[in-house]
Amino acid sequence: MRPKKAVLLKLALLAAILLLAAFICSSSMAQEAKQVIKVSAKRFEYSPSRITVKKGVPVVLELTSLDRLHGFNCPALGIRGDINPGETTTIEFTPQTAGTFPFHCDNFCGSGHESMQGTIIVTE
Amino acid sequence: MNLDVERRDFLKLAGIGSAVLASGLWKNVVFAEAGDFVFLQISDTHWGFDNPKANPDFADTLKKEVVSINGLKVQPDFIIFTGDLTHTTDDDQERRRRLTEFRGIVAGLKNQNIKFMPGEHDASLDNGKAYKEVIGGETHYTFDHKGIHFIVLDNVSDPGAKLGQAQLDWLAADLKKLDKAAPIVVFTHRPLFDLMPDWDWDTRDGAKAVELLTPFSNVVVFYGHIHQENHHMTGHIAHHSCKGSMYPLPAPGSVPVKAPVPWDPAAPWRGLGFRNISRSGAKYDLSEYSIQGEAV
Repeated sequence: MRPKKAVLLKLALLAAILLLAAFICSSSMAQEAKQVIKVSAKRFEYSPSRITVKKGVPVVLELTSLDRLHGFNCPALGIRGDINPGETTTIEFTPQTAGTFPFHCDNFCGSGHESMQGTIIVTE
Repeated sequence: MNLDVERRDFLKLAGIGSAVLASGLWKNVVFAEAGDFVFLQISDTHWGFDNPKANPDFADTLKKEVVSINGLKVQPDFIIFTGDLTHTTDDDQERRRRLTEFRGIVAGLKNQNIKFMPGEHDASLDNGKAYKEVIGGETHYTFDHKGIHFIVLDNVSDPGAKLGQAQLDWLAADLKKLDKAAPIVVFTHRPLFDLMPDWDWDTRDGAKAVELLTPFSNVVVFYGHIHQENHHMTGHIAHHSCKGSMYPLPAPGSVPVKAPVPWDPAAPWRGLGFRNISRSGAKYDLSEYSIQGEAV
């Protein structure tokens, strides 16, 4: 192999490595940018019951139940899901507006059902 | 879009004369002119509720209401209880006890042509099992009375506040037998429309029932659940909620957190009562009554 061709080949290899590194890095940053929040539900409360997220940043809610079927319904943000014991319910959304948005259990769960609620606070 | 209509506007829509409205005596006039038949709607008796801050008379309010209804000059053809007969309990046996006590109290009504349906407090924790055992019958059914087709829908036995596809199919099959102009009255516990989803004042698949009912030109819905009067239109279908008979709840969205309205010693039983519905010609005239049986 001629020296000039060898240098070009090395440069091409280096560029490919740099591109691959950039891709892995940006992909990893995107993962980190997601706001992953674990919420557990039990009669008749959520933990946490105040969820703070940032406007414009994707949110992943991972919901679990410690006892029976519950629901998670936030009408203002248009998100809801059933939370079955033994499963993780995932709800993904990207908040577009700052503010405070109530959520509640919408699967009737007992004598304290009507007080089972919380808020999502979306900050700028 | 807020389609709520003021009661006065609704009554105008219903065709009641403005002179009667202006007189302030429309309830009496309507009642005096009662036409084809009268039925009563009683809702949310919540037997077993025991919070004195909301109703210190919790042990006697329903009994007083029974006495008042027995004293009405014009007795109804039938009485419907639109759910939440009892206040919920996490104890299955206590639920049966409350339902049994409720049944015993309303056995004191002179008119025993009574239709029942469950609310979520009665049925959501066990899919209506105790309700069926104690009250009996199905939780969704139809009956006919003097040319009107009545449909009782169950949007509470599923804890997720759903009618469910099986019941929607049943409704579609029932409606298929009817003329598009047939007079239809629907009873539900929860509103079929999204009155206040943040407060659980909706039915998850209620819009599907409304869609099935919409081709019919003469449909009225009476419901409970929200412990106050509310009058709402979805297209040409009127939806009327009834006061509760144990404790009132605040107007939709008027407070941050929904909770029973505290008892006012200066105005005891305020916000509680039952409804008289008079079918006259092609109209339904609504009259509200206090627990004491006075027109309000």
